[in-house]
Amino acid sequence: MAIVLEDVSKTYEVKGRKVEALKRLSLTVEEGEIFGIIGFSGAGKSTLLRLINLLEQPSSGSVSVNGTELGALSGEKLRTKRKKIGMIFQQFNLIESKTVYQNIEFVLKASKYEKKEVKSRIEELLALVGLSDKADSYPGNLSGGQKQRVGIARALANHPEVLLCDEATSALDPDTTKTILKLLKKINRELGITIVLITHEMEVIKEIADRVGVMTAGEIVEESDVYSIFSHPGHAVTKGFVQDIYDFSIPPHIQLNDNSDVITIKFLNENAEANYVNQLYRHFDCDISILNGRIEYIQDMPLGFLMLHVQGEAQEITRLKAFIDESKGIERAEIYAETI
Amino acid sequence: MQRLSEITPLLYRALLETTLMVSISIFFAVLIGLPLGILLYITANPLLFRIKPLNQVLGAITNVIRSFPFIILIVAIMPVATWLTNSSHGPVFASVALSIAAIPLFARLVETSFNGVGRGVIEASIAGGASLMLIITDVLIPEARRGITQGITLTIISIIAFSATAGVVGGGGIGDLAIRYGYYRYDTVTMIATVVALIIIVQLVQLIGDFLTRRQEGN
Repeated sequence: MAIVLEDVSKTYEVKGRKVEALKRLSLTVEEGEIFGIIGFSGAGKSTLLRLINLLEQPSSGSVSVNGTELGALSGEKLRTKRKKIGMIFQQFNLIESKTVYQNIEFVLKASKYEKKEVKSRIEELLALVGLSDKADSYPGNLSGGQKQRVGIARALANHPEVLLCDEATSALDPDTTKTILKLLKKINRELGITIVLITHEMEVIKEIADRVGVMTAGEIVEESDVYSIFSHPGHAVTKGFVQDIYDFSIPPHIQLNDNSDVITIKFLNENAEANYVNQLYRHFDCDISILNGRIEYIQDMPLGFLMLHVQGEAQEITRLKAFIDESKGIERAEIYAETI
Repeated sequence: MQRLSEITPLLYRALLETTLMVSISIFFAVLIGLPLGILLYITANPLLFRIKPLNQVLGAITNVIRSFPFIILIVAIMPVATWLTNSSHGPVFASVALSIAAIPLFARLVETSFNGVGRGVIEASIAGGASLMLIITDVLIPEARRGITQGITLTIISIIAFSATAGVVGGGGIGDLAIRYGYYRYDTVTMIATVVALIIIVQLVQLIGDFLTRRQEGN
């Protein structure tokens, strides 16, 4: 168990009013996994992340990282522990007056890294993030993606066990986001570093997380592996996030009545690639047209959605629905947009 | 024209006195004002070293000194200045009061330029395990370099302006020359010459300051 939060609360005082940012929250992140926390702004995810390196102190409860209780640390010991917990930020937070090289050198200086090895360590890190040719550039002359690479190199400098990502790709364009996420995944797989990331984008979760926690109003309302979150979201907030990514909604011109219905089929795992639609056409006396369809690969497992417009005898439509319900590996999906 | 050549030695002497006063005062302003500015900043910042009572005391002292009209300050600290410099007049003597006036001014300018350093950079440094001392020397000061340079420029110009009053204690300097010859004796030529000299000096200081600031931007 890499990170264990037990019963943590965080209360701020804002103009004499108490604001509960975290409400008796417990969470365990396993060693070596990528754990994603998704939530809207104000859900408390940023506070939660900052408890893990004690940038914020919990009001109550305990936080431990790789067996060390953080609350018991202060001064030099806390600083030593923090070197083992890297962090990257949405706004990169590089020292603008220092070159890329000096930015990384700074954290090595902080950990009193063996002087002889500083140069080779920085070169190694720059090679890892693909910025070997930018050592002497200033952050002001780098693109967002390059800045985040420097941020990653800096966070990894002291061989951390854990990497915290604070909306690390939210300031980047979609293409750059993908390459940064790939880099993070590579770091996780090759260096075995546990990653905790917070985001408001389901796309990020889908791309790299192993497990995910959904946060709202200071609580984790749902926690599970990423595939289940996408295939069977439980909480209304989760459904909202999943719906966002599929963007399925019933076209307004379609009339819904006994002889005309919209059925969305969800294909799980290997069934996503099987040809059920053929059977529907063959066995049922209905007019079936496809409104929308998509297969997502989540952790390399396919998850398919197919939205069909079915017209015909009411009886036949009912039979078709029953067929879907009885078939293994496919199910009728709710259109989440309507449930929110 | 003849009058102008007559006052040249006077002007030259005054220029040396002003240079001496400004040099001594800016030296102490930076030496004491920079740490004071750092203290003012870190004792107010919850991420660094927040000690609210200490911050309030330091802030109050700074404000009190800055509230004094310079002429009153000069008179008020005369005994201290006499004890420190072992004299009762002259540019070195006047430098004590000038330094005391310049220290809180510079400290506040330093504090203001630190306030411009992003919270995120400080947070990242703490997350990286940096000590307070390292954050001050390697993050705050380099990040606020431009502001600090501008602060030094501004403080020097303020000291030059204050130094005109230094004549009260026989401090000398160009400002003093302007008041004694130009104002009291209705000596228009000297008055104009000194004012022109002051304008040139202030312009020069500002130009050099701007140049140094711009050079730091160049990266």
